[in-house]
Amino acid sequence: MLNFLELKKISKCRKSYSNNLIILSDSASQFLSTAISGYFENEHIDIQVVDTDYNQIDLQILDENSILYESKTKYVVIYMSSEMLYYEYAKSINKSTFFEKVMDKILLYWNKLQKNTNIKIIQFDFLPFDDFVYGNLSFKVKESFFSQINLLNKQVYENASNYGNVFIYKFSSLQNDFGRKNIFDYKMYAMAKLTITQEYLPFVAKGVTDIVKASLGKIKKCIICDLDNTLWGGIIGDDGIDGIELGELGIGQVYVKLQIWLKLLKERGILLAVCSKNNLETAQEPFIKHPDMVLKLDDFVMFVANWDDKASNIKYIQKVLNIGMDSMVFIDDNPFERNLVRTSIPDITVPELPEDPSQYLDYLQQLNLFETINYSENDKARTKQYQEEVGRVNLEKQFTNYDDYLLSLNMTAKMCSFDSYSTPRISQLSQRSNQFNLRTIRLTESDVEHISNDSTYVSKYFTLKDKFGDYGLISYFVLKKLGNVFFIENWLMSCRVLKRGMEEYIINKLFDLARVNSIYKIIGEYIPSNKNSMVKDIYKKLGFKETSSCCFELEVDKYINKKTFVKDEE
Amino acid sequence: MNRNEICEKVTEIFRKVFDDDYLQINDETSAYDIEDWDSLAQITLLSEMESVFNINFNLKDIANLQNVGDMISLIEKSV
Repeated sequence: MLNFLELKKISKCRKSYSNNLIILSDSASQFLSTAISGYFENEHIDIQVVDTDYNQIDLQILDENSILYESKTKYVVIYMSSEMLYYEYAKSINKSTFFEKVMDKILLYWNKLQKNTNIKIIQFDFLPFDDFVYGNLSFKVKESFFSQINLLNKQVYENASNYGNVFIYKFSSLQNDFGRKNIFDYKMYAMAKLTITQEYLPFVAKGVTDIVKASLGKIKKCIICDLDNTLWGGIIGDDGIDGIELGELGIGQVYVKLQIWLKLLKERGILLAVCSKNNLETAQEPFIKHPDMVLKLDDFVMFVANWDDKASNIKYIQKVLNIGMDSMVFIDDNPFERNLVRTSIPDITVPELPEDPSQYLDYLQQLNLFETINYSENDKARTKQYQEEVGRVNLEKQFTNYDDYLLSLNMTAKMCSFDSYSTPRISQLSQRSNQFNLRTIRLTESDVEHISNDSTYVSKYFTLKDKFGDYGLISYFVLKKLGNVFFIENWLMSCRVLKRGMEEYIINKLFDLARVNSIYKIIGEYIPSNKNSMVKDIYKKLGFKETSSCCFELEVDKYINKKTFVKDEE
Repeated sequence: MNRNEICEKVTEIFRKVFDDDYLQINDETSAYDIEDWDSLAQITLLSEMESVFNINFNLKDIANLQNVGDMISLIEKSV
């Protein structure tokens, strides 16, 4: 964690960027703005942090000419302090409904801001502080400030669930961990209306940055774990099943707690993998035989145990899973191994675990590595889906002819119109897909809903099954109707299903759709990013003509159906 | 801690806050002498001093600080 002065220094050397994050606050926000700016620079986020004048939230939001409504404003941070709220609360006559008035005001802000359809709102929740006017009874008295803040936060969370573009920064969690005494200093508030101490500004800046990163698709998908002294105490090869420390008492329970957390992450959809310097059978034995093991073998998508160097093993794991190295985390108790991996693989995140194992879990949790802006039921199945993929990789090794392998998979697919059930998964896919993504357009659930309801769009998603299992929703395209032309506003596909004939199946369906809609020509565009070079020539390969750099078109009656082993699902 | 030691640490703090490794200060140095020394910088200086010396200033005491000398005297009193 960088301290405030370091962040201030870093933020001074920033270039200026064309997209904005605007900070609206009812307290002095200059330092907050500096801290976020420094953090963005540190995390390579190319967004300009713009501070606004003290306590001008209403003025800015109600002014149609405000910078908030310009198209380059992508994020708005709304920080309303509990301090200011308290003054309003103290003055109000009907204290038991005070929270409703505040919520109405916040909803007004969210509704007005949505006029700029690009905008993502990051709303701070309220720090509950107790004025002890009602002692411990405050929970029972609706008019107490304590009750009002809790009711307000509850409503903020509930309402935010209905706004696809509103994200909550849980400022209150910071107070839970560090306490009001550390986060707030009355002197600073009295002197300059600063509501966050300098020492804790970096934490707040990190929180905001984590949300922005997640909304840009910079997320972690997988955690690779060492075994000895990381998932249990001791060395299995030397100490044996009875000698390793794992259990209810003493240091063993530290590792049990860590395993419980990892299991919860797996249930949420984060992939777990093992990379250990051990014989395979020795390494796997505790998972099968030790009574206190929380994690089991089938919780892992890959289990690599051998005597090769860890960097090579991690590169192998990445190759099989086919996800970005920058979406992986590697935990290992040994500083030598950590440095080796960090040096050979700069993109992977390697937490610098503290020396004391009893502090591992707290340290890892505080890093907030697994920030996300969406979650769907599908996530729970992710480990199983990747395990199925490993099954396919192994099957392929049995065929010398790739076409024979594809035929043996018995693939069937379905094309469907966007609907409310698929909206979360479509939004999530737009956030997570980087490689097979023609124009890298990230969609929130609100964006997906807008497109579904707009008759100038034709948008379809695709699901795929094979004999190993169900891949679920793995691709979609969004077509904009411009007269008798379709413009492919975006087409993306999960990299789990690349080069199996799904590309051809989808394009065949696209041209079928075009014929049904009396479309004469289809236009596609490729917008380069640093991860999607694999689709640079896809339109050309599928028969389109290149009309200018990165623009492609094909007349519908000139399209020839492509061969594919993917069949229509009955 | 004697006044000289405090002075050394305070000089370090000023150098960090104003991002100038060669900054020299004395008891008379005030906001008139350093361009970036505005009210926000004042807050940053005081926060750093509280953190470095592990002390907590009183609001009354910090309202009347005129120059570096006053700050050092206040730190001497609080440490």
